[in-house]
Amino acid sequence: MIEGKNIFKSFNNKVVLDDISVTFEEGKTNLIIGQSGSGKTVLLKSLVGLHEIDKGNIFYHDRNFTEMSRKQRKEIRKEIGMVFQGGALFTSLNIEKNVMFPLNMFTEMSHSEKLDRVNFCLKRVNLNNVNKLFPSELSGGMQKRVAIARAIALNPKYLFCDEPNSGLDPVTAIVIDSLIREITQEFKMITVVNTHDMNSVMEIGDKVVFIYEGKKWWQGTRDDIFDTDNKELNDFVFASPLSKKIKKMK
Amino acid sequence: MNFLFHLGRYVKLVKTAFSRPEKSGVYYRRVVEELELLGINSIGIVIIISFFIGAVLTIQTAYNLENPFVPLYLIGLGTRDSMMLEFSSTLVGIILAGKVGSNIASEIGTMRVTEQIDALEIMGINSASYLILPKIIASVIFNPVLCFISMFVGVFGGWAAGMAAGVISSEQYVFGIQYAFIPYYIFYAQIKTIVFAFIIATVSSYQGYFVSGGALEVGRASTKAVVFSDILILFIDLLLTQMMLT
Repeated sequence: MIEGKNIFKSFNNKVVLDDISVTFEEGKTNLIIGQSGSGKTVLLKSLVGLHEIDKGNIFYHDRNFTEMSRKQRKEIRKEIGMVFQGGALFTSLNIEKNVMFPLNMFTEMSHSEKLDRVNFCLKRVNLNNVNKLFPSELSGGMQKRVAIARAIALNPKYLFCDEPNSGLDPVTAIVIDSLIREITQEFKMITVVNTHDMNSVMEIGDKVVFIYEGKKWWQGTRDDIFDTDNKELNDFVFASPLSKKIKKMK
Repeated sequence: MNFLFHLGRYVKLVKTAFSRPEKSGVYYRRVVEELELLGINSIGIVIIISFFIGAVLTIQTAYNLENPFVPLYLIGLGTRDSMMLEFSSTLVGIILAGKVGSNIASEIGTMRVTEQIDALEIMGINSASYLILPKIIASVIFNPVLCFISMFVGVFGGWAAGMAAGVISSEQYVFGIQYAFIPYYIFYAQIKTIVFAFIIATVSSYQGYFVSGGALEVGRASTKAVVFSDILILFIDLLLTQMMLT
């Protein structure tokens, strides 16, 4: 389990995360949702240590990440995979070398073993014959899939995805969502996805945390969303006339 | 206060860059890549610039030595000493700050704004060390080689221009470049080159590493990298000259 307790974070005296406590469970796809600027990306980056929090604690299976030294954090980070909004693939490396990168840095595997692992990961995200291509030669959806392949290369316990569907068409977005859900269940990972895509919420949201103005405003399952009378959540999730109609039908 | 903030952050970054590498084999390959990118790919521009500087130095010196009592071999001597003492180290340093420095700042800056540096950090890799240390090592190793190339090409350029303009004979020029040769000048030039290489690699990396924003900010960081490297090179040139030649 990943647990965040009473997390506070501010930038230049502007409070961005205000006393947030969250838990994310194993084998589930946990979603952080909220409007742009609500603090969800800061929360995600704080959980993985890219932002130092001002107050509070973060636990990875009861290991206090906040109090760890840089060296201790390094060990935990080998158990973390992350998919960034833009993919964050290394543009100077081809796809094979991108996925092989964490294996080169942290394993003593032979080249053929690494190659087998790379091919397994690429096949798992339904990509074939792309090994020698460079990121710039792939579409946005394919880049995201390579990013997922790289994130699972070291068989992580924890997978973080920062808006994995941004910039993708609805069909490709569904493919990425399904992939994240399948991988989470298959490898029994704790997956935390940061999104404002309502299709993702309805598709893969085993647990949903709604962040509003830096505070945890609501949490529940995707089915609970239809029953809640939380005004801010309803305004956010059912913002369009079409989604309002769907809610009424439900 | 702003200056102290940047100085402190720069020192901290350089210190982090020098921490123990995760896997020496990977770093070795990175150094080899950087040797090609930052060093070998700069040979062409160093040759072209040094040749013309040497040529101009010869013609200018000849123009200023029209007195018949001054021996013409001094043209060769002047070209050699000017190339060794200043042009092959300082001017080449300034040119490399433009070519290599902007390249380093834009490469690292782009990696920052596209979250590639965050991706390295998430994997547990010391991004400063992985990205910056190989550039420092490659620059410090290869820039002295570029300095030597510049010295030879500059002196050759002077000879070629002297012959073409008919201002000095080949024998006089060759005698001049051999006359009163002081080997310490090479040591002085190499020390300067090594210090300048360190400045170019670290200042440019610093500018790129802390970029925030987008393409416009990366462009600005690239410009700042060149400007600050150039100013520092000229300032350190003055200090080192004062320390080593007086």
